[in-house]
Amino acid sequence: MNDAAMVWNLVAALIIGFAYLSAFVLVGGLLLRLALYIQTPVPLKIVQTPGPKSAPGVVARIAGDVLIFPNLFQADRLLWLGAWVFHACLFLILVRHTRYFLYPVPELVIDWQTISVYAGFFFPIPALYLFWRRLASSRVLYISGLPDYITLILLTAIASTGMLVHYFARVYLVDVKAFTLGLVTFAPVPPPPHPIFIVHFLLVCALLIWFPFSKLMHAGGIFFSPTRNQIDNVLYPRYVNKWNEEVRVD
Amino acid sequence: MTEKWTDFAATALAWRKTNSGLAIPIPEVDEGVAATMVCHPSKAKDMKPIALPTERVPHWQARAIEKLRELLTKYRGLQVYLDICAQCGACADKCQFYLGTGDPNNMPVARANLLRKVYRYYFKRAEKFLGGDAEPFNEQVLKEWYTYFYQCSECRRCSVFCPYGIDTAEITMAAREIMAAIGVATKYVTEVVAKVYERGNNLGIPAPAWIDNCQFLEEELKTETGKDIRLHVDEVGADVLLVMPSADNFANTDTMMAYAKLFYALGISWTTSTYANEGGNFGLFLNYQNMKKVNKRILDAARQLKVKRVIWGECGHAWRAAIYTNTLNGPMDFLDPPHPVHICQFTADLIKRGAFKIDKSANDDLLIT
Repeated sequence: MNDAAMVWNLVAALIIGFAYLSAFVLVGGLLLRLALYIQTPVPLKIVQTPGPKSAPGVVARIAGDVLIFPNLFQADRLLWLGAWVFHACLFLILVRHTRYFLYPVPELVIDWQTISVYAGFFFPIPALYLFWRRLASSRVLYISGLPDYITLILLTAIASTGMLVHYFARVYLVDVKAFTLGLVTFAPVPPPPHPIFIVHFLLVCALLIWFPFSKLMHAGGIFFSPTRNQIDNVLYPRYVNKWNEEVRVD
Repeated sequence: MTEKWTDFAATALAWRKTNSGLAIPIPEVDEGVAATMVCHPSKAKDMKPIALPTERVPHWQARAIEKLRELLTKYRGLQVYLDICAQCGACADKCQFYLGTGDPNNMPVARANLLRKVYRYYFKRAEKFLGGDAEPFNEQVLKEWYTYFYQCSECRRCSVFCPYGIDTAEITMAAREIMAAIGVATKYVTEVVAKVYERGNNLGIPAPAWIDNCQFLEEELKTETGKDIRLHVDEVGADVLLVMPSADNFANTDTMMAYAKLFYALGISWTTSTYANEGGNFGLFLNYQNMKKVNKRILDAARQLKVKRVIWGECGHAWRAAIYTNTLNGPMDFLDPPHPVHICQFTADLIKRGAFKIDKSANDDLLIT
């Protein structure tokens, strides 16, 4: 084995190790956060009124929040448009990427292939808008911190390198699928020796590690927001606070 | 006044249009402009009866963080809302305190960030490592908290515009509870709660003055209507205990007389209590213990007076805490359901059921907005 091959094997092992580490951090971090949310009690009804009067109504409300951001629509129409397109692109990109991890590839993913690729090309536009918006308004500039910029830059970098390997500096697809299937079946093989692909892949791993510790947790936390997921029946029946402590003041 | 209300509505709509639908211009960020608007600190004489430390406790930083840890295990809302804010700024121009001052710390997101940076420092070091704003709880942060968490009225308007429904009131209430635990609170809030324990109401009206005011209003009603409309006080066995903001007995007397007229017209016996003649619950602005205790007085009075029902008079603070009464102090099954009941719910229900007729011409010259 020559030196170059040895170095490459080492690099490949590191990439694979990093991939498993990031998946572990994502899953572990998410589970810990969600367990924390589930076990923390909700002492009082703080539902936003008028709210749903039944459990199916709550499901509809949360589904609405996840799919069409009604509160944001009330708050800021342009931001709503930017944010919605941003998330819709992310969703399509995510759906398309399941083709690298599933065999055989589901029908739906194949049907959505074209539009999902367009979504990948289009993604930097809403991302740039959201970035520009952070700088353009004195209010949003004031609240914007390093993590807010990093998140947008990271996502845009992932999308851009993705489009590069898809269209401009193509990576050999069979190698990619061999690599990704190897990862999910715990029989890893080295990644395709394509620098941009490797950058793309490592950035995604970084994103997975970033996810449970950052504001990206809004994706999981939105299901636990008491103002949105409670039933609007504050008067009846009696809502019980599990830790309702006795009055000590006397 | 001959114009119909629809004409006023048209005028209002036209006005909104010329102002692009915005009543108030959104100010640019003006850092620190409201930093000097600081509430008077509480006094030892008020802190003592409401079971709070009369002065800053020793090791107050550690105590505050311990309290934050406790609240995080008690309030899912707090835990989730500290974690998931995306810092999008949709709420930024929705807070009346920001619109009125332009101080960036009065943007709901920035206000919450004052607590979030402390939370991050002690409880989420990973995010701190990743570049998130983090700061230990120190004198400077405490000063910011005291200033800006008391420039929030807990109205929850921001939550309506937040894509995740993040309720800044939950965060404000947590910060105030933490400050209260280390002996930091405002004179206004603590004095009012202490007054409730001493005299039964926020204004500190003594029982004889309350009774005297009621008698005075009875005379007023006699002059106005020629009828003997009574305002009972501490009447055991009445059907209804009415708890209103004490200002109704003292300043907004038209409201007080209107309650009396309503019950008189309906033939329902009612009373106020000198033990709990206040609905407005300032414990809501301080901590869970005091919120619970202020409400407890109302139910204790209801038991004493053997009433069938407690009706809350119109007051935003009162009703916000009243809807928690069943959870805090319940079960309220010694009273007729539904409970708690608001005077407007009660009246609207009776109007619907045709209990009385309304003479619409009596007030049709008045404008409401």
